[in-house]
Amino acid sequence: MSEQKFYTLDGNEAVARVAYKLSEVVAIYPITPSSPMGEWADAWSAAGAKNLWGTIPSVIEMQSEGGAAGAIHGALQTGSLATTFTASQGLLLMIPNMYKIAGELTATVFHIAARSLAAQGLSIFGDHQDVMAARQTGWAMLCSNSVQEAQDLALISQSATLDSRIPFLHFFDGFRTSHEVAKIEVLSDDVLRAMISEDRIREHRLRGLSPDRPVLRGTAQNPDVYFQARETVNPYYQRCPGIVQAAMDRFAQLTGRRYGLFDYVGAPDAERVVVMMGSGCEAAHEAVELLAARGEKVGLVKVRLYRPFDAAAFLAALPKSVKSIAVLDRTKEPGAGGEPLHLDVVHALFEGAEDGRPLPKVVGGRYGLSSKEFTPAMVRAVLDNLAAAKPKKAFTVGIIDDVGMTSLDVDDSFTTETDDVRRAVFFGLGADGTVGANKESIKIIGENTENYAQAYFVYDSKKSGAITISHLRFGKKPIRSTYLISQAQFVACHQPVFLDRYELAEPLAPGGTFLLNAPWPVEEVWSHLPDSLQTALIAKKAKVYTINATKVAREVGMGGRINTIMQTCFFAVSGVLPREEALDAIKSSIIKSYSKKGDEIVQMNIRAVDNTVANLFEVTVPDRATSTLRVRPPVPAGAPDFVRNVLGPIIAGRGDRVPVSAMPVDGTFPTGTARWEKRNLSLEIPVWDPQTCIQCGKCIFVCPHAVIRSKAYEPKQLEGAPTTFKSAESRLPAWKGLKFTIQVAPEDCTGCALCVEICPAKNKKEARLRAINMMPQPPIREEENLNWDYFLRLPELDRRKLTTQSVREVQVAEPLFEFSGACAGCGETPYIKLLTQLFGDRLVIANATGCSSIYGGNLPTTPYSTNRDGRGPAWSNSLFEDNAEFGLGFRVSLDKQREFARELVEQVAPQVGDSLVRRILQNKQRSEADIYEQREWVTELKHKLAGNTSSEAKRLMALADMLVRKSVWVIGGDGWAYDIGYGGLDHVLASGRNVKILVLDTEVYSNTGGQMSKSTPRGAVAKFAAGGKPIGKKDLGLIAMQYGHVYVASVAMGGKDEHTLKAFMEAEAYDGPSLIIAYSHCIAHGIDMTGGLKNQKVAVQSGHWLLYRYHPDRGLEGKNPLQVDSAPPHVPLGEFLQMENRFRMLTKSNPDAAREFFKQAQKDVRVRFDLYQHLAGREPKVSDTAATGDNKPVVVGAD
Amino acid sequence: MDLSTQYLGLRLKSPLVPSASPLSEDLDNIKRMEDAGAAAVVLYSIFEEQIRSERYELHHALNQGTESYPEALSYFPDPTQLFVGVEDYLKHIERAKAATTIPIIPSINGCTSGGWIDFAKQIEQAGADALELNLYNIPTNGDQSGADIEKQYVDVVAAVKAAVTIPVAVKVSPFFTNFANMAKRFDEAGANGLVLFNRFYQPDIELETLEVVPNVMYSTPMAMRLPMRWIAILFERIRADLAATSGIHRGTDVIKMVMAGASVTMLCSSVLRHGIKHIRVIEQELRDWMDEHEYTSIDQMRGSLSQKYCADPGAFERAQYIRAVGVHTLRG
Repeated sequence: MSEQKFYTLDGNEAVARVAYKLSEVVAIYPITPSSPMGEWADAWSAAGAKNLWGTIPSVIEMQSEGGAAGAIHGALQTGSLATTFTASQGLLLMIPNMYKIAGELTATVFHIAARSLAAQGLSIFGDHQDVMAARQTGWAMLCSNSVQEAQDLALISQSATLDSRIPFLHFFDGFRTSHEVAKIEVLSDDVLRAMISEDRIREHRLRGLSPDRPVLRGTAQNPDVYFQARETVNPYYQRCPGIVQAAMDRFAQLTGRRYGLFDYVGAPDAERVVVMMGSGCEAAHEAVELLAARGEKVGLVKVRLYRPFDAAAFLAALPKSVKSIAVLDRTKEPGAGGEPLHLDVVHALFEGAEDGRPLPKVVGGRYGLSSKEFTPAMVRAVLDNLAAAKPKKAFTVGIIDDVGMTSLDVDDSFTTETDDVRRAVFFGLGADGTVGANKESIKIIGENTENYAQAYFVYDSKKSGAITISHLRFGKKPIRSTYLISQAQFVACHQPVFLDRYELAEPLAPGGTFLLNAPWPVEEVWSHLPDSLQTALIAKKAKVYTINATKVAREVGMGGRINTIMQTCFFAVSGVLPREEALDAIKSSIIKSYSKKGDEIVQMNIRAVDNTVANLFEVTVPDRATSTLRVRPPVPAGAPDFVRNVLGPIIAGRGDRVPVSAMPVDGTFPTGTARWEKRNLSLEIPVWDPQTCIQCGKCIFVCPHAVIRSKAYEPKQLEGAPTTFKSAESRLPAWKGLKFTIQVAPEDCTGCALCVEICPAKNKKEARLRAINMMPQPPIREEENLNWDYFLRLPELDRRKLTTQSVREVQVAEPLFEFSGACAGCGETPYIKLLTQLFGDRLVIANATGCSSIYGGNLPTTPYSTNRDGRGPAWSNSLFEDNAEFGLGFRVSLDKQREFARELVEQVAPQVGDSLVRRILQNKQRSEADIYEQREWVTELKHKLAGNTSSEAKRLMALADMLVRKSVWVIGGDGWAYDIGYGGLDHVLASGRNVKILVLDTEVYSNTGGQMSKSTPRGAVAKFAAGGKPIGKKDLGLIAMQYGHVYVASVAMGGKDEHTLKAFMEAEAYDGPSLIIAYSHCIAHGIDMTGGLKNQKVAVQSGHWLLYRYHPDRGLEGKNPLQVDSAPPHVPLGEFLQMENRFRMLTKSNPDAAREFFKQAQKDVRVRFDLYQHLAGREPKVSDTAATGDNKPVVVGAD
Repeated sequence: MDLSTQYLGLRLKSPLVPSASPLSEDLDNIKRMEDAGAAAVVLYSIFEEQIRSERYELHHALNQGTESYPEALSYFPDPTQLFVGVEDYLKHIERAKAATTIPIIPSINGCTSGGWIDFAKQIEQAGADALELNLYNIPTNGDQSGADIEKQYVDVVAAVKAAVTIPVAVKVSPFFTNFANMAKRFDEAGANGLVLFNRFYQPDIELETLEVVPNVMYSTPMAMRLPMRWIAILFERIRADLAATSGIHRGTDVIKMVMAGASVTMLCSSVLRHGIKHIRVIEQELRDWMDEHEYTSIDQMRGSLSQKYCADPGAFERAQYIRAVGVHTLRG
C-alpha cells in the first residue's frame, strides 16, 4: 500500500484530479454543478501540469455539450484517452454520441455531477434524473456516494473501461458530493499507474483511425444485418461487472479501500432492507448502523455498478433473511410502473426466485429530487414503512404530498448525530466572504489535525444580497452525514440584518455557542436580539459572543469582507484547536492563500487576525427574554394569498415544508411578485434633489432594479401627499403645467449607485453633489416607504400621449420588470427594463437559460410585473440551446392565431358590423394610440359577440385578443447567442419572421461563473481561457447583416443612451427579424460595478464596442442600410483594458502574452472600425435592392 | 566633435537621455531610442502607491461576487502565479539590457523606505546600470512639518544607497524652502546625481462636467528656466552629477543646460510630441551649433555659464527676478 496523504477538497476537484491525470484530450462546456471539473482541467493545462504519462492534456472548450461529446467521440476514434464532465441537460445533449461511442465499444469515462432535469421548472441541484435518462445508451454506470468515493471510482471506472471496452458514466450527486468539501485520502500516481494497463491503452490506440492501417466505421446497415450486429456486443456487457469487481479488488489491495458492485451494510440477518445509490447511501448507512446496533433487523444495499446491472451480484449482496425491500430512486419517471432502480431490483429478485430464492415484498419510493434533504430520520421512516403489514408503495419521503398522499411521515427527532462530531453553522452574506473563510477553516482543521472534516454550503439563488449558510463538521472518524446540520454546537450570525429575518437559534444545540457580528457595544447587543432568539438562547443555555467585525474589517482595509475576522472568532471561541495554535494556523493559511496577491494583502489579513481577539466579547445572557422585537414576516400581510402562503415560506427558508397541493401543477406562476419581497439590502440609497435635477431621466434609464422611477402628474394629485414627498415643476414642454417626481423604493434598492454615477447635474454650491445622491437609508426608510407607496398610487401617464423619442420622455413609462435578484449594478437588466417600458403590455419573452432566466424566473419571486390593466410581459424559459427556436415558435403560433382571428372577424361581419370589422382589420397598430384603439375595438367586438352562439363567434371569442399586436422578443446572453444557441439563432434570423432578439452581451458566460464564450474578446482572462483568449471576438452583428433582411443594432447604454432607445424602437417597428446586441458590463469583468456605465463609455470611445444600426428599410430608400453611430476610436484601447481586471489580470499573470494580445486587440479595433466605416460609406447599388425576393437590400462586403 | 559626457559614473555618448515616460514600456521603442541616438534610457517609473493600490484592487476585484451564488462561486480562474509587484518591470530591464548597448536606468517612485529597498536590490540584480529614485509626492498633511518630510526623503535616499552598489540619481521637485540645502543633504546621503526637476501633474477643472481632471501637459521651453537656474547654482557645489529635465526641446536648450552645468539633458515632452526620431534632430542641432561656434566637446562647455563661472553670478538669484519684473512693467 502506498503512503497515506490527505487533502481537504471538494468532489469536483477530487474527480478532476484523477480524470486529468488519466486523459490526453478533455473537451469541456460549462454547466452547473460540473463546471468546476472543466475549470480545474483547463487551469492545470494552462499551468502546464502533466498527466500520468508526462504530457500536458489538451483541453478544449466546445460550443455545447453536444459539441463536447462530438469532439470526444472524434478524439476517441483517433486513439486518444479522452474525457468530459457534464450534468443535466448537458448529458442529454451528449446522448446521441453516447450511443455511437458505446456501439463502437470505445473506452472512455464521462464524469457526471448528477443533476435534475428541466421539467416544470429548472433546477441546478442534484438528483439522478439526468443519468437515468442515459441508462439506455449502453454505457456502464458507476455511482459514487461521497467525495472519497468519487475520487476512487473515477480511477476504477477508467481502469474498467479500458479493460472492458464499455464506456463508463461515472456519476456522483451534484452539489451534495460535487461541492462538499471533505478530507480524503488522495491517490498517488503510483496507484494510478498500477490501476491502468498500458497494454489496454496500446490496444485502444490501435483501434484508432489511422491512414496507416485504414478501416471504416460508422456504416449504414440494413434490415438484413443491423440487428445481428447490435447483438455482437453482449459478451462485453456480460464480462463488464467482473472486470469492474476485479478493478475494485486491485484497488483495495493498493489502497485498503474496498468496494463491491453492491455493498451491504447492516444486520447480517436483516429482514428489512433499503436499496439505493448516491450520496443518500451515506445518511442511510448511519441510520442502518444505529438501528442495527439497537437490535433492529435492518440493512442497506448500496448500488455502485448500476449498468450493466449484475442481478447475481445484487442477490449475493442481499441477506437471505430479507423479507421486505424498499428501493429508493432519486429520480422521477412519470407514468412508469416504477422508477428505474426499483424495476431493476424487482427483475433481479424474480431472477433469484427462478432459482428458488424466496421473493420478498418490494416497494419503490422517491426521495431527494433537486438536492432535497435526505436524513437518517427519513431512512428510518422508509424502514418503518417496510415493517407495516401493507407498506406504502410508490411512496415519497422528504416532502409533504397531500395530493397523491404518497409521502411517508418522518419523525425528525430521530438523529444519528453523536457528540464526538463537532458541528458548526454559519449564516453569512455572499459578499462578506463567509463561505471562503469556512473553506479555509475546514482545510486548517483537516490538514492540521487528525480530524476528518466536512463542509457543505447552502446558497441563495439571488445574485445580490444573497444569504449563505455553511455547515461544518469534524471528528475523529470519517464523516458520512450527507445532510444539513440540525444540532450545531456552534452557530454564527455574520450579519445583523439576519436577526429579524431568520430563526437563527433553530440549529443550535443545547449548551452551544452563538456568535454574532453586530455594530453595537457588548452591553447593548442582547437588547437588539428578537424575542424568539433571546428565548431560545436562554432555553438552550447558550454562550453568546459578539464582535463588531465590520468595524475591524474597515479599520484594516478589508471593506465589507469580514471573513478572516469571523474565522478567527470561530477558532477563538469554539475550542476546536488551542487558541494560539489556531491563530498561527490561520496566519499560515493567509500567507499561503494571499502571498501571490502581494504582501499588502497578506498583512491586511494578518492585521485582521491580530485585531480580532481584542474586539471579541462574551455577552451576558440574562434569565429571561425581554425583547419586544420580532422576526418579521417574509412578506407583508397585504400580499396576495399565493404570495403569503407559498412564496412567503420559501422566502423565509421554509420551502421544504410547502406541501404538494400548494404548488402549481404545470410550473405556471403569477408575475409581479418580486414587489412583495422587501429585501432591504442597502444601507445607502439614492435621494433626489429636485432643485438640482434637470429631469433628463438618465438615472431611471440605467437603474438595474427599477427602484428609481418618475412620474409627471396633475398638481392636484399632490393633495394628501406625505409631508416629505418631493416634487418639482415639470421641465419638459410636453408636460407643461404638470408636476414631476423622482421616487426611490427604499427597501428594494441594492445601493449600486449607477444612478448617481450617470447623473449629469451638479449642485452649484457643492459640485460633489448631484441631483441624486447616496444617503444613509435607515433614517429615511420609513418616510420613503410612505412616499414610495404614495408615488405608486399616482396615475401613470396615458400611454397614448407617451412619446418615445428621447430618454427624457421614456422615463415616465412604467417598467414592468422590477426588483430582480440580479447583481447590484447589473449591466443587463436596464435593457430588459427598457423593453418592458416600451412594449411591456404586449410582450411575450422567450428567455434562454442563463443570468437573465435566473434573475427573471428563479423562485421564490418574479420580477416581471403587470400594469393597472393587468397586462404585462408573458415570459418563459425553455432551455439554453433552443431559445431562438422557442421564440420563433411563439411568433409562428401567434401569427397563425392572429390570421385565423382575422378570418373569423370577416366571417362575423354581418353580426358585428362592417365598420368595426374594417377598423379592426385595417389598423396597422404602429403607435401606442393605434394599439389603444385596437384594444377598445376588440373589447367592442367581444361585447357584440357575447351571447352569440355561432361556432365562428365562439372561436373568435377565444382568439379575439390576438387581433391586438403581440411583440415577441427572444432574450439571452452571449453564451447562448454566440455558442450553444447560435445555429437556432441563425435559422430564426434567416426565417424572416417578425422575431426580435436581444443579446445581453457580457462577453463571457456570466451565470456559470465566467467561462469564455466566442464573444469573449482577445486577451481577456476567463475560465477556459486562463492564459487570455488568444483569438478575437466573433462579429455576430456582421454575420447577421449579411442576410440583408435583418435589422441589426449594436448598442451600449453607457456609451449613448439615446442610441439604445432608438435601436429598440427601430427593432420593434421593423417588419422582420431584428437583432440587438447590447453591451452589458458584468461582475465577471472584474470591475467596480458602480462605474459600469463609465466602462461602457470608454469601451465605445476606444472602439472596443461599436455602436451601429443596420436598417434594411434604409436600403429601400436608396440609402446605405448601415449607419456607424460611434465616433472613430479616440481613446487608446489600452485605457479601456486597464479599467477591467479581466484584461489587467493577464498583465499580472502573463505580462508577455498580455502585451502581445493587447497590441493585437488594438489592431483589431482599427481594422474593425475601418471595415464598418467602409461598409457604411459605400453607395448602395441598384442590384443591392433587387437581390432578394422581398425587396430587402443586401449591402455587406467590399465592392 | 566629442559629445560624450559623464553621468553617474557612466560614460555616455552624448547628453541626450530620454527620461521616464510611457514610451519606454515598449521594448521596440527603447531600441528605436538607441537608434535615434539616445545615450541612455530612463525607464518608465514604477509607482509605489500604484503597486500598492493595484494589489488591493486586484484582490477586491477577484473576490467580488465570489462564494455567493451557487452557479458562479468565482468569476476568474485562479492563476498559479501573479506578478503583482515588480516582476514584469525586472524582466523589462533584462530585456532592455539584452536588446541595447546603452545604459538602462530604471526609475522607481516612492517616498517610504518599506519595500523599495528590496526592489532596488532586485533592479540591480536585473542588470540596471543605475537607478533613478523619483521622490514624487505632494504632502498635504498640515500636521506634518517640512523638516519631517525632508528627513524622510533623505532617509529614503540613504537607505536605497546603502542597499545597492549601482549609482543612484534622485529626481526631486523644486518645492523646498531652501533647495540648496536639500541638494546638499541628498548629496551627503550619497546621491550620485540629482535630476532637476520633477514636473507634477497639475489637475484642471473641466467646466462642462464640473469635475477636477488630471491634465497632462507637455512642457514648454519656458519650463527649462527653473532647472537651469538651480543647475547653474549647484554646479561644482555638490559632488552629485546634475541632470536637467523639463522644457528641453531643441539642441540649443541642451547647450544652455550643459553650459549651466548639466551632465545630461532629459528629453520627454519633445519626444512624446515629435516622436523618437526627434532625438536625432536635437543631436544634429547640437552638433551644428557646436560646429558653428567652434566647441569641440560637451565637457568643454559644461558649467561654463554656471553661477561659479559666469560673468554675473548674481544673475541666478532672486533679485534678478525683481529686476526682470520691473523691466516687464516698464515695457507694459
